[in-house]
Amino acid sequence: MTLASILIQLLNGLAAAASLFLVSAGLSLIFGVTRIVNFAHGSLYMLGLYGAYSLIEFFGRTPLGFWGAVVLSALAVGLVGILIEVLVLRRIYRAPELFQLLATFAVVLVIKDIALFTWGAEDLVGPRAPGLSMAVEIMGRRIPAYDLLLIAIGPVVLGLVWLLLTRTRWGALVRAATQDREMVGALGVDQAKLFTSVFFVGSVLAGLGGALQIPREPANLELDLAIIADAFVVTVVGGLGSIGGAFLAAIIIGVAKAFCIGIGTVTWFGFEVSFSKLTLVVEFLIMALVLVVRPYGLLGKPQAAQRAAEPAPRLQVPSWTFALVWLVLLALVPLAADRYTTILLTDIVCFALFSVSLHFIMGPAGMVSFGHAAYFGIGAYAAGLLMKRFGLPMEAALLLAPLVAGLFAIVYGWFCVRLSGVYLAMLTLAFAQISWSIVFQWDSVTGGSNGVFGIWPSGWLADKTAYYYLALVLCGAGIVFLWRVLFSPFGYALRAGRDSPLRAEAIGIDLRGFQWAAFVLVGALAGLAGAVYAFSKGSISPSSISIAQSTDGLIMVLLGGVETLTGPVVGAAIFTWLRDVVARNTEFWRAVMGGVILLIVLLFPQGLVGGLKALVARWREQRA
Amino acid sequence: MTAPPMLEVKDLHAFYGRAHILHGISLEVRAGEVVALLGRNGAGKSTAMKAIMGLVPPARGEVSFAGQRIERLPPYRIARLGLGYVPEERRIFTELSVMENLEVGRQAARAGVPLWTEDKLFALFPNLARMRERPGGRMSGGEQQMLTIARTLMGNPSCVLLDEPSEGLAPIIVEEMANSIRALKGEGVSVILCEQNLHFALGVADRAYIIEKGQIRFGGSMAELAANESLREQYLSV
Repeated sequence: MTLASILIQLLNGLAAAASLFLVSAGLSLIFGVTRIVNFAHGSLYMLGLYGAYSLIEFFGRTPLGFWGAVVLSALAVGLVGILIEVLVLRRIYRAPELFQLLATFAVVLVIKDIALFTWGAEDLVGPRAPGLSMAVEIMGRRIPAYDLLLIAIGPVVLGLVWLLLTRTRWGALVRAATQDREMVGALGVDQAKLFTSVFFVGSVLAGLGGALQIPREPANLELDLAIIADAFVVTVVGGLGSIGGAFLAAIIIGVAKAFCIGIGTVTWFGFEVSFSKLTLVVEFLIMALVLVVRPYGLLGKPQAAQRAAEPAPRLQVPSWTFALVWLVLLALVPLAADRYTTILLTDIVCFALFSVSLHFIMGPAGMVSFGHAAYFGIGAYAAGLLMKRFGLPMEAALLLAPLVAGLFAIVYGWFCVRLSGVYLAMLTLAFAQISWSIVFQWDSVTGGSNGVFGIWPSGWLADKTAYYYLALVLCGAGIVFLWRVLFSPFGYALRAGRDSPLRAEAIGIDLRGFQWAAFVLVGALAGLAGAVYAFSKGSISPSSISIAQSTDGLIMVLLGGVETLTGPVVGAAIFTWLRDVVARNTEFWRAVMGGVILLIVLLFPQGLVGGLKALVARWREQRA
Repeated sequence: MTAPPMLEVKDLHAFYGRAHILHGISLEVRAGEVVALLGRNGAGKSTAMKAIMGLVPPARGEVSFAGQRIERLPPYRIARLGLGYVPEERRIFTELSVMENLEVGRQAARAGVPLWTEDKLFALFPNLARMRERPGGRMSGGEQQMLTIARTLMGNPSCVLLDEPSEGLAPIIVEEMANSIRALKGEGVSVILCEQNLHFALGVADRAYIIEKGQIRFGGSMAELAANESLREQYLSV
């Protein structure tokens, strides 16, 4: 590379870093004060882009129209943030943190469909910035003037946010609340108002980040989850709650990505290395590296103590009668049901195991995973590829696939169990996204974006009912096995470690080792679910390993309730069934699902099964 | 006829998780009084303060402050009525400077209540004046204790709940602390003081209650308490 091309890539990277920083700063601010991991933050960014597009069309493509549109769009997104805070989150600040997460997933679904309804499914390409569409010549290369402006905007916003945080009363309150919000309340500060204002500022930053991208990137419906993954990475690499850290991390990641694109494909020692294909992975590699060396990010500090959680209620083992009744019922259904119902039931059974394995790791083992689809997807791909590329019989592929998923869990888990809390969750997301990128880009092996086709089960399982029974036996066994494990000494050790890591280690439990083992166990069983699912569909696409698949799993677990064993199964069943019903009837199934989830969140802050149990308990008390 | 008490607690019950900590305590504080709430470790002193302040929601009972029922109000509303709270663990904002810590405590002036400014507080706690820009996390325990009281005073309270202000402090600082509590009384601020240190309480309080296992066992003047050795033996000696 020449000096000139290095400079060009550097400038490219810095320009890209600007928006990334704005979004991440907002996310970091909101997380710091409210302790909510706001998955809907990417949706706000997306709305910023769409809003700017429409407002520019409305105002006209003049400099005033353009900049007016950018600012107004950012402010409008800020108002959307206020709405989300006041209508949804404010009502559940006392609910468990995971439930707040579920609410923000629901908001993601709703906003996606509002955008689909308002702007349609086509990508919308915005205009160049009027008056800035020329290029500036630097060292013989032409750089868009708009990029140079973006490079300047990043530090300016950093400075403004810094002034706001260190030179105003609001800033002092925000920083104080980040450390101890209860004390701030006891000093007479209305937390609700403070939270709303923080949400407004954070959302404006997200909206501005989006609006400024309109000359560089078409507005589209995939941006929400794409940018939220990036923003998570930036906040975590920089250190949660550190605005300066977010700036530094945005630059590192923006520049690293730009260089990967710029370098392209090079040949080293006879091997072709495609750096441009690394683009999708490089930020996650950086994150994994940083977190292993600095578990709190570059400029982060150990997290403030979370408010004391209520002790987790006792887990109850579902009785054998209960299990038998359900097993018989599920075994009898295909005799009465049509082919369609049988297929849907097969789906539900697969997702039930997926959901139960996720529950195992995030509930009793206390390690929330944002990237559980990695193991589901790897299991699915392993099954498909072992059959297609290695010519194994279907039965062998089905049984080997969980082992492959488990192997990946051994590697990913080794890194993950070194962290805890949000950092751990983000790292799981990173590994899932790395897996997705490999699958998505390795055309010659995985079929790239098309996936793998024609992987049907052997003849004796070709009948849908027969395959349903296979799925029921395998997944049912997996679920029962996981439940039994929870009541083994291994399960008790995990739960002890969740409740008090220090005390668990003090009585001689090798907590990290146990957590690693748990990681591998659930990885393998999620892989089994994926493998069974793959053969039931006859094909696999990269979406089986996507962030959306991971969040679906989280929704299933949280919907059913993380505090009961049966909750995740119920959640999987209801979610899968509801999605199927709604998706057949409306194009806007996401909004309907989101609405239903929000209703459940607001009405049953313990999850469906937990909520119903509480209702039953209250009813019995009244009768007694 | 006497004026109604400034703070009145009747039959207050509170739980911490599932543990029943307060079993119906009643007490009152009149305007300008310093009242000590004495008891051993774990007797329920801190929980009583938190329950009055709304930080631990009272399960049963009444709390009235300045003529208003407050047992169902959130802590910030209670603070805005002029009830200040100084927690035992101090809970200084460690990232914030002394000036910023004071800023977080600031509330609008209140009629009929002494108005506190930074300068007035620095006169009361001269040590703080020398470290205006120092982060709270880099102060000694005694300095933090001064700061947490000053921070609460920035809200111009008419009554302050002081949770074990002498705990873990060097004797010379404890003496300073006693002086500042007397200064508060001089300004007309009422104080409830949680203490295990009887000697300290004798030096500053007008009246005392003794709490044991979440119940009030004694209420009376400091002189009565000083004269009654069996009472002190039974509830306060360690």
